Amino acid sequence: MAALAVDALRKAYSGTEVVAGLSFAVAPGTCFGLLGPNGAGKTTTLRLCLGLTAPDAGTIALAGRAIPADAQQARARVGVVPQFDNLDPDFTCAENLLVFGRYFGLKDADIRARIPQLLDFAGLAGKADARIATLSGGMKRRLTLARALVNDPDIVFLDEPTTGLDPQARHLIWERLKQLKAAGKTLILTTHFMDEAERLCDTLIVIDHGRKIAEGSPRQLIAEHIEPQVVEVFDEAGGRLAGFVENHRDLAERLETSGDTAFFYCREPRPLLARLTEADGLRYVHRASNLEDVFIKLTGRELRD
Amino acid sequence: MRPSPHSAPGWFPVWQRNFLVWRKLALPSILGNLADPLIYMLGLGYGLGAMLPSIDGRPYVAFLAAGTVCASTMNAATFEALYSSFSRMHVQKTWDAILNTPLGLADVVAGELFWAATKSLFSGAAILVVIAGLGLAHGPLALWALPAIVLTGLAFAALGLIWNALAPSYDFFMYYFTLFITPMTLISGVFFPTDQLPGWLATVGAWLPLAQGVALVRPLLAGEIPADALIHIMALLATAGVAFVIALRLTRRRLLK
Repeated sequence: MAALAVDALRKAYSGTEVVAGLSFAVAPGTCFGLLGPNGAGKTTTLRLCLGLTAPDAGTIALAGRAIPADAQQARARVGVVPQFDNLDPDFTCAENLLVFGRYFGLKDADIRARIPQLLDFAGLAGKADARIATLSGGMKRRLTLARALVNDPDIVFLDEPTTGLDPQARHLIWERLKQLKAAGKTLILTTHFMDEAERLCDTLIVIDHGRKIAEGSPRQLIAEHIEPQVVEVFDEAGGRLAGFVENHRDLAERLETSGDTAFFYCREPRPLLARLTEADGLRYVHRASNLEDVFIKLTGRELRD
Repeated sequence: MRPSPHSAPGWFPVWQRNFLVWRKLALPSILGNLADPLIYMLGLGYGLGAMLPSIDGRPYVAFLAAGTVCASTMNAATFEALYSSFSRMHVQKTWDAILNTPLGLADVVAGELFWAATKSLFSGAAILVVIAGLGLAHGPLALWALPAIVLTGLAFAALGLIWNALAPSYDFFMYYFTLFITPMTLISGVFFPTDQLPGWLATVGAWLPLAQGVALVRPLLAGEIPADALIHIMALLATAGVAFVIALRLTRRRLLK
């Protein structure tokens, strides 16, 4: 049985379909990524899955329960790390965990027994009595993660868990999420960081305008949707790029330009690289394609606000 | 560790959360709630009261004391259900965090209702203690003012939560005070007997929830059983119940759409 199964889900706000016939399933014990540009319908999808808003059509089963009918029972088995920290500023770290555990009907003694281990997991040992205002952004995120685990959930929803964190804090969160997966938990993740999705997700879907536009493992998606190599060419001197692109566009399977940068997507980059070593005023980077290239190919380069 | 089934009602941990915050800031909170109404009561009661005839055979300060208990109860419940609930709902997003747990919106709003009523009880009871100390409360019947305070607090907490559900920002609450709370305070018999008012205004006033609370508390403090007690009790309960249902619906529309 899937940890989360969504079928033909629809939700419209004042006539605009935000989720437009979305279907996917998340296997237990895996990390599932929900990717898409701003306004693609990710947050609405998460809210629908948690039973915080009712769908117009379609079915959702979370932890084996029908949503939204049995959402409260389902949420007993779920932890949520929201996009924006909503820790209780009036409480210490330990009090935040205690108060949150009570919402799950847990006994104070049981929660208190669990607090040291939760703080330890979050790298906040010794911070039990620290006030929230004294914590760094990374510490708050980790405490929010610990809070989401207070009920020992089977499924953890993470809505952009590392947005706004420095690289050190981000790596620590990734480490912890891998540990959770190793412990058998199902992770459902939204993120704008494609390297994060590539590292953590077993499967992911890309949605745009409320529809699924791709599905698979990060490797599958890269193999399926895009040439394996990219050469990014930057105009350093000014004015040389257009001519170079014009003369060499047949050396790549696909070409994209964005401002002063041209992206040559190729299967065989050597001829192009040979030309670039001879070219003046152009700088270039040769790399393997990644999930970000797939994402941009699928959703376009235009800004989404 | 697996969660045990809920032994307490769902609103209780929400109430408990607010109580824990209050406990940390209890002393300034009590003093703040107490000082303002007491200054008015003593200043007007003894100062202005010295120039006034007695009302129903008792000094003006005793009349005003009963009104002050009810007005403070109303204000405490209203402030909590407006400013404090709005902070938790809209600014701190505490309600959003709670809604990610097995608790539902009804638990959250009920927790806020009972908490605001609890705060109004603290406030009303503290003033009651001062009144008793001044010898302005008579006999054991005065203790029955406590449940009357709770009922008044519940009614105003529920009414406040309606306005909270509609509020775009803190500024919106000013309208509630200037359009509803302040005029009501003046026509509900807090400062002067309502027979001083034009007949129609006195009739309107008598239907308002603050007047229902005053009609219970004033006789109780004088050591008398209130006339039509059951009607006033039912009116306050009905106000609380109906307002809660409306507040819950409006909050659901606001947060869970």
